[in-house]
Amino acid sequence: MMGASRKVACVEIGGIPMALSTCDEDFLGLLRQRYDGFLSSSRPEFELEFDLTATGVSDDDVRVRRNNDDNAWVMERGDFHARWDPCTGRGSVRQNANPYSLDSVLRILHSLILAERGGFLLHAASAIRDGRAYLFSGVSGAGKTTMTRLAPAGITLLTDEISYLRPSTGGYAAFGTPFAGELARAGENCTAPVAALFFLEKGPHNRVDELSSADAVRWLMRNILFFADDAGLVEHLFRRVCEFVSIVPVYELTFRPDEEVWNLIE
Amino acid sequence: MSEKYIQPSRDIAARMLAGEMVVMSVKDSRVFSLNPTASAIWSAADGSTPLREIVARKVVTEFEVDPDTAYRDALELVEELAKEGILLLADHPIGTEAA
Repeated sequence: MMGASRKVACVEIGGIPMALSTCDEDFLGLLRQRYDGFLSSSRPEFELEFDLTATGVSDDDVRVRRNNDDNAWVMERGDFHARWDPCTGRGSVRQNANPYSLDSVLRILHSLILAERGGFLLHAASAIRDGRAYLFSGVSGAGKTTMTRLAPAGITLLTDEISYLRPSTGGYAAFGTPFAGELARAGENCTAPVAALFFLEKGPHNRVDELSSADAVRWLMRNILFFADDAGLVEHLFRRVCEFVSIVPVYELTFRPDEEVWNLIE
Repeated sequence: MSEKYIQPSRDIAARMLAGEMVVMSVKDSRVFSLNPTASAIWSAADGSTPLREIVARKVVTEFEVDPDTAYRDALELVEELAKEGILLLADHPIGTEAA
């Protein structure tokens, strides 16, 4: 007997088109709505098949490990179980039909793909000003969303939560992502060369201080999204981070929540 | 007084950045930065050269410090790094199989 036919939405984040397929019309609608602005007609590089389960949303820690038998990645949390084979570029996901699980799976998958391509996902807001991207990183509550809310006219928001970074000619490029934080608004689907990275710290005055390379590496390693418990990949990531800080200026930005802080961003 | 031998742990990644050796434990992603003196000692930690010789060649000469003080400081440093799990410290030469 033939199974129900799969419908496909191609979602392109960070210049990486991925075919997401499902037999469920409602879930397809959710996919298209969630990633509106990131839907693409490009030929997919990767394929993910979704099958829906009745599990609830989970706050458990995610577990990401390589399967010893076939080298595929296995990603698990209470609300999803996913498997992805980096050799074939294909994977499958069993999850509840909710956007939070969906976002989580895609973030993990992109973090793994980026690790192999020299990029990474960073807990950071990012925005384009005069054709160049500025990153504002920090833990929850550090002020990522606040910085985007204070942005003057003419700024293009790439994300208020998860910045998508890939090596590009002579440096790094930041891409917009649909992964939103408190702003609850997806970023613009565009890209720009990274001009600078600021680590956010709230304080009584607006002030910029250059960070030493070692401190920049330390801050970056703390704020990069990386889920896999794999020493080889962590070491690879460290080398990429060292390369990043040797190319991109990194600062500590102490700020109080007012628009004038943007006068320091250049 | 017995000789001491040092070698970076296998569970680390290290890179020189702007004159400082930056070392990361790949087990827990903790990052350490070493000052120029410590970086010089780290770079010479091959498991077979006695620490006293490393200090004499890389610290006393380069940084113009008193040999005994330099050795005491170096010993304190390597014991601290060994405690952090990023450096192997032994009373005998360290073979690659022990790293």
